[in-house]
Amino acid sequence: MAEELLKLENIYKNFGNVKVLKDVNIKINKGEVVALIGDNGAGKSTLIKVITGVHSPNSGKVFFKNQEVQIKSVAQSRKMGIEAVYQERALCDQQELFRNIFAGREITNSFGFLDIKKQRKEAEKILRDYIGFTSKAITVDSQVMGLSGGEKQGVAFGRSLYFNSDLIVLDEPTMGLSIQETEKVLNFVKGLKNENKSAIFIDHNIIHVYGAADRFIILDRGEVVGEFNKEEISREELVQKMIQLHESGKIKVED
Amino acid sequence: MSNLLNSYFVKTHKLEISITIIAIVLFLIYFLGAPHVFTRFPIYRAFMQSMPFFGIIAISATFVVTLGEIDLSFPSIVGITSLIFGMVMTSTDGNVFIAFILATSLGMFAGLINGLLVTKIGIPSIVATIGTLFFWRGLVNVISQGSGIAIVDVADGTWHHMIFVEKLFGKIPMQFIWFIVLTGLMQWVYRYHKFGNHIHFVGDNKASAQMMGINVDNVKIIAFVQLGFFSALAGIFTMYEMLYFWPTQGEGLMLTTLAAVFVGGTSVFGGKGTIFGTFIGVLIIGSLESGIVALGLSGFYVKFINGLMITVAVTVYALIQRRKN
Repeated sequence: MAEELLKLENIYKNFGNVKVLKDVNIKINKGEVVALIGDNGAGKSTLIKVITGVHSPNSGKVFFKNQEVQIKSVAQSRKMGIEAVYQERALCDQQELFRNIFAGREITNSFGFLDIKKQRKEAEKILRDYIGFTSKAITVDSQVMGLSGGEKQGVAFGRSLYFNSDLIVLDEPTMGLSIQETEKVLNFVKGLKNENKSAIFIDHNIIHVYGAADRFIILDRGEVVGEFNKEEISREELVQKMIQLHESGKIKVED
Repeated sequence: MSNLLNSYFVKTHKLEISITIIAIVLFLIYFLGAPHVFTRFPIYRAFMQSMPFFGIIAISATFVVTLGEIDLSFPSIVGITSLIFGMVMTSTDGNVFIAFILATSLGMFAGLINGLLVTKIGIPSIVATIGTLFFWRGLVNVISQGSGIAIVDVADGTWHHMIFVEKLFGKIPMQFIWFIVLTGLMQWVYRYHKFGNHIHFVGDNKASAQMMGINVDNVKIIAFVQLGFFSALAGIFTMYEMLYFWPTQGEGLMLTTLAAVFVGGTSVFGGKGTIFGTFIGVLIIGSLESGIVALGLSGFYVKFINGLMITVAVTVYALIQRRKN
């Protein structure tokens, strides 16, 4: 019944002699939030970089909306409908908000000159309608520098909604945020499902992950070592699994 | 008054306003200190004649500096492209089209090499362009064998000499008109074109820019290529003015040009800059030597005051920046 959005088949990725991803197979359905969990160096970041076109896999197949694709650049993945929201790298600090929202996807005339008026107008709409910024202190001409971590995330989310992305990739979206702001971000992730949008979610905090995700994929040293639906596992069991993995290196079925 | 100081325009143009005030104060000093010189036209004509040669490069270099990169090789790119321009002009009996296209193409090629060394090989731009600085100057010496080329026979009195460097209405040097037009055009590209926008994002934060789908390498390469082009153009203007190529042509441009960019308020850390500021920086740096001499100080003060100006200006900007953060 679930409609498939993204499927990775037998993905391998090496950096020199280091095998960072080994035979990774994952699937993400429409309207589903999937959490990638695992220790540092498990390959989570590399995996999402393969999905967002930063890295190309050495071998393996990627299917998006049931079509085999080769994602060669970030620009291409964004065009397809995959949007990354990175904690540290979502926006450029010294540039105005409206420029940040349209960076890499500028509204231009045929000579490449920006339609500043239109960009500002659309940006105002995004701030108001998608993010719900009502504070007078933040305008489309504000530099990103003055925004809080949560506000920055909000802008990045608003941008992905505006550009109608199907899959939103969240890399540590709550890192360094206050409790209140974390709550907002998690609510936003939950809200994605109502719009039948999907998300991949990386976070170190299993409590956050458990609240927001429908399914959990555990990575360890470049391999998928466990996969659970939320119904199958309680929060405590999931934490237990992670501790077990950390101590012994095996919840793996194989190996 | 306080309304004016708090207005949106003032808030967003602090750098431009500071640099303009510095320039006004400087010219007031000239004016009051040497009225016999500065109430007459010839000094301004001399400024308009000499400033565009490094001014054009400074405007173009602002793009590279905004990227957080630097190019030290442009003085030699001026040298090699001027040499080619002179050789082609003399051997084709003044075919300005071929000479112009070959010289600017070579300039862009030299810029392309800088860009590739920085992006694809990964050499820091300050190191890579020291290499190409020596390389192109060395090639000039090898090809020219140390001798100059006179283009007076094929250029003087021609229509192209007229549109490049002769005086409009007998008063305003054409190169200054070109300089103003190019500055306006580049300002437009810098703030309102996709390319200028990408320059700001890459200079601000390379990783974020990449995540937003901007092709970081291409943006950098194009920035170096356009600087190569404008270096060639500046060389051609100089050739028309002097009607002569000499093998050291372009040497000595480096410090004045980069000083104009930094005095103009463009951040060496990248991400922020202003073409207007660079333009004012050109007026300041380009007027110092004659200004100081006209004030009755000896020429020995020129470097000293130059250094003082640069240090004071960048200190002011650093303080403005710190208050912002």
